[in-house]
Amino acid sequence: MKLNEMTILGLRKLLDKREVTVREVVDDVYGRIDSVEDRVKAFITITREEAYKNTERAQEAIDSGRASLLTGIPIAIKDNMCTKGILTTCASQILHNFVPPYESTVTGKLRGQDCVLVGKTNLDEFAMGSSTENSSFHTTRNPWNLDCVPGGSSGGSVAAVAAGECIAAVGSDTGGSIRQPASLCGIVGLKPTYGRVSRYGLVAFASSLDQIGPITKDVADAAAMMNVIAGHDPLDSTSAPVASPDFMAALGRDIKGLRIGIPREYFIEGMDQDVEKSVRDAIKKLEDLGARAVEVSLPHTQYAIATYYILATSEASSNLARYDGVKYGLREPAKDLIDMYMNTRAKGFGAEVKRRIMLGTYALSSGYYDAYYKKGQQVRTLIKNDFDSAFRDVDVIVTPTAPTGAFRIGEKATDPLQMYLSDIFTISVNLAGVPGISVPCGFTREGLPVGLQIIGKHFGEETILQAAHAFEQSTEWHLRRPSL
Amino acid sequence: MKNGVDASAIMKKYEVVIGLEVHAQLLTDTKIFCRCSTKFGAEPNTQTCQVCIGMPGVLPVMNRKAIEYAIRTGLAMNCSIAPYSRFARKNYFYPDLPKNYQISQYELPLCEHGLVEIIIDNEVKRIGITRIHMEEDAGKNIHEGKGDHSFVDLNRTGVPLMEIVSEPDLRSPREAAEYMKKLRGILRYLGVCDGNMEQGSLRCDANISVRPFGQKEFGTRTELKNINSFKFVEKALEYEIKRQISVIEDGGKIIQETRLWDSAAGVTLSMRSKEEAHDYRYFPEPDLAPVVVGQDWIAEIKKSLPELPDEKRNRFMTQYGLPDHDAELLTVERAVADWFELAVQAGSQPKAVANWMMGDLMRMLNEDNKSIEDVTLKPDQMAGMLKMIDEGTISGKIAKTVFEAMYRTGKNAEDIVKEQGLVQISDTSEIEKAVDDILAKSPGEIERFRAGDEKLIGFFVGQVMKATKGKANPKILNDLLIKKLRV
Repeated sequence: MKLNEMTILGLRKLLDKREVTVREVVDDVYGRIDSVEDRVKAFITITREEAYKNTERAQEAIDSGRASLLTGIPIAIKDNMCTKGILTTCASQILHNFVPPYESTVTGKLRGQDCVLVGKTNLDEFAMGSSTENSSFHTTRNPWNLDCVPGGSSGGSVAAVAAGECIAAVGSDTGGSIRQPASLCGIVGLKPTYGRVSRYGLVAFASSLDQIGPITKDVADAAAMMNVIAGHDPLDSTSAPVASPDFMAALGRDIKGLRIGIPREYFIEGMDQDVEKSVRDAIKKLEDLGARAVEVSLPHTQYAIATYYILATSEASSNLARYDGVKYGLREPAKDLIDMYMNTRAKGFGAEVKRRIMLGTYALSSGYYDAYYKKGQQVRTLIKNDFDSAFRDVDVIVTPTAPTGAFRIGEKATDPLQMYLSDIFTISVNLAGVPGISVPCGFTREGLPVGLQIIGKHFGEETILQAAHAFEQSTEWHLRRPSL
Repeated sequence: MKNGVDASAIMKKYEVVIGLEVHAQLLTDTKIFCRCSTKFGAEPNTQTCQVCIGMPGVLPVMNRKAIEYAIRTGLAMNCSIAPYSRFARKNYFYPDLPKNYQISQYELPLCEHGLVEIIIDNEVKRIGITRIHMEEDAGKNIHEGKGDHSFVDLNRTGVPLMEIVSEPDLRSPREAAEYMKKLRGILRYLGVCDGNMEQGSLRCDANISVRPFGQKEFGTRTELKNINSFKFVEKALEYEIKRQISVIEDGGKIIQETRLWDSAAGVTLSMRSKEEAHDYRYFPEPDLAPVVVGQDWIAEIKKSLPELPDEKRNRFMTQYGLPDHDAELLTVERAVADWFELAVQAGSQPKAVANWMMGDLMRMLNEDNKSIEDVTLKPDQMAGMLKMIDEGTISGKIAKTVFEAMYRTGKNAEDIVKEQGLVQISDTSEIEKAVDDILAKSPGEIERFRAGDEKLIGFFVGQVMKATKGKANPKILNDLLIKKLRV
């Protein structure tokens, strides 16, 4: 096995026992990038020079017994997290030249452990999309089938992990942007509880929904990453002032008696048969492991997508106002101020971003606010209440992560509504603020991965990690790798 | 409205309705959402960071001190303090606003339903405070001397502001000015704002309308912006009242609009109409938690409040027996009130101190455009001077000269009197000699006096004072003159 194919915890052992060096790991990772990246296109920026520079420091830390969990581990970062001194584009032309003068809290934690930063990964522009086709640079390919999308918006991070171009990655999830691509590429993706991980330095799409989370090859690695990135941050007023548990402690606990809720609204007629079969089999597997499956109802599920596209776009229309050509990023020449604003934003933003800015601007406009934004907030509360009441009867809720396997590049690109529906099972989780994880649970007939979503209570990451780990350890889906 | 006489008669038909929106910069050391300094006057963009510059990915963190200051203000203005208030985003594009939205408060402000008292024609008038909310200040655009470019200075961006909104309770420009003065006084008493209108730490927008007396509904209002000095509060409002009345009298209609006060030209100019008004698309700020203020905290702040102008005014009236006019004037500024009390504590008669402060001292301060903190003259020095008057060492008239010298030099009254030889002459024989000299030179005046023109006593007093360089003890002089003239 090449070192780039290993997990964080697997490499940790080898590195700490000095059976391999950081340099050997990094060599294998960049060797892999050299051989597959022109086909996968997972990265916007590859930070090879900086990575090799840090190799020595990481090795020193290991040699002197000061290694942390991620010391010497090659990690990829979604290109919407600010990394001091390293280009951060959000896959947008409007930030094509933006080099942040400061570090995001999460990347600071990762880099503080002397992980090896492999590069900054592709995404849908400003994390708006479900396929990476909205990147203004290029579309990332699904390593399982290069004609298919990897999902999105964290498609670059997910493809990089699935293709072995890094050991693990971080992404951000506003409506499914970690879990949906993880499902489509056959790896693990966790969206933590809103407030569990600092958003400071994450370029905002929808502030009340965005959350950073790990993208890994297995559940144990996701828990390990959570141990590093979670925790209260005084720089983020929305980060919860709660103590962070040892997420890895949940691994290996059996799930006898665990009550799993199966929401009836998520198993609808016309759903992809292969997906349904994989998920039904997975539920059976969980029952075999001692869990008790219970049907639950999340009655406001049908309003989730509409609610999401009102609230997320409203916040986005305001969050993206700062890209105006005045301070940083793209500035288009113009005869006066208004023209500069208009030219810069016309050229700097792609079609989907513009669509969402317009949607959000409309929803917040005087005269429409009550009917849209305010109503959306009310429905959001109902959706949250749905989860609260379901969680009175069950410990976790299990659903498909995405309604289909990976779709073909271009298939939904011209139909925004079809594209929005690919997040139908993940969006409610963001609206409710609860955590969710996607683990591999099978393959479609075309050989494309299917993911199982396990949803937990607020700050219930340990329980979903426990369930996901128990499931994963009794299956072999997570061990399959795409042949590239 | 053609000529002056008609004009004033027509003006009297209309009632003026004014409400003020006052922006006060809070005197916190750091900005409202980051730790940059709020100090005024630094080189452009040297007091900025990624947060106040609005870099991608940054988040605001609330400055607790700013909330505390706003609560202090709310309590001092008799507001109720909301146990739960929220920030909102006010969205508009402008280069001095780096995020292109201002974090402000909208639906749930921190303070509401307050009132402030002003004194108008010796009557107490209560002005309602609708709300006090918090927000961040914007930066400054610099256009002058930059060729075809404009520059932006973001040092001021994120400085904490309070917006104090009054009810439309003000009925004249004078009331508006008094209210502004009162607000400034309270803010300065509290130490939450330095109240400097010229530097922009206190700013005022005015909503103003007129209606015929007796009409219930308000007239259409205009909003005046850019009133950046105390002097202009009254001037701008007076201009606007005349303009509105003349539009109505000429059969026109007032357009609801924002108007800019042009202080150089002394006029208000249309800036934008209601139709052009921004749609700010307010919505709750998702990056900040709601502000939850516990009763304990409010009680703690309440306990720490200083004595406020109204309380102090009432105390000055009862404790020192001052008339309300004096008490009001001496308590508008905390430093003035403190100065007064120190002088009284040094042993002076309160009314005498009040007279000297409101007369000579304030006149000189006004002339020099100084505040009482700027002068070296100390309250106990004034007390020393008043003692010399009481003891008859100097006359009240000489004291004026002495006081001015004290004010200019910071020296004690004794030293100035000694240096300039200003000690009052109380030696009767010396004064009698001077009186005799004058009487000898003025037979005509004596005759007229004795014939009944008793006002001429002033002439004799003046002549003797002139001869003695003002040093003759006035009482002795008076007695002597009367004795000698009425023979």
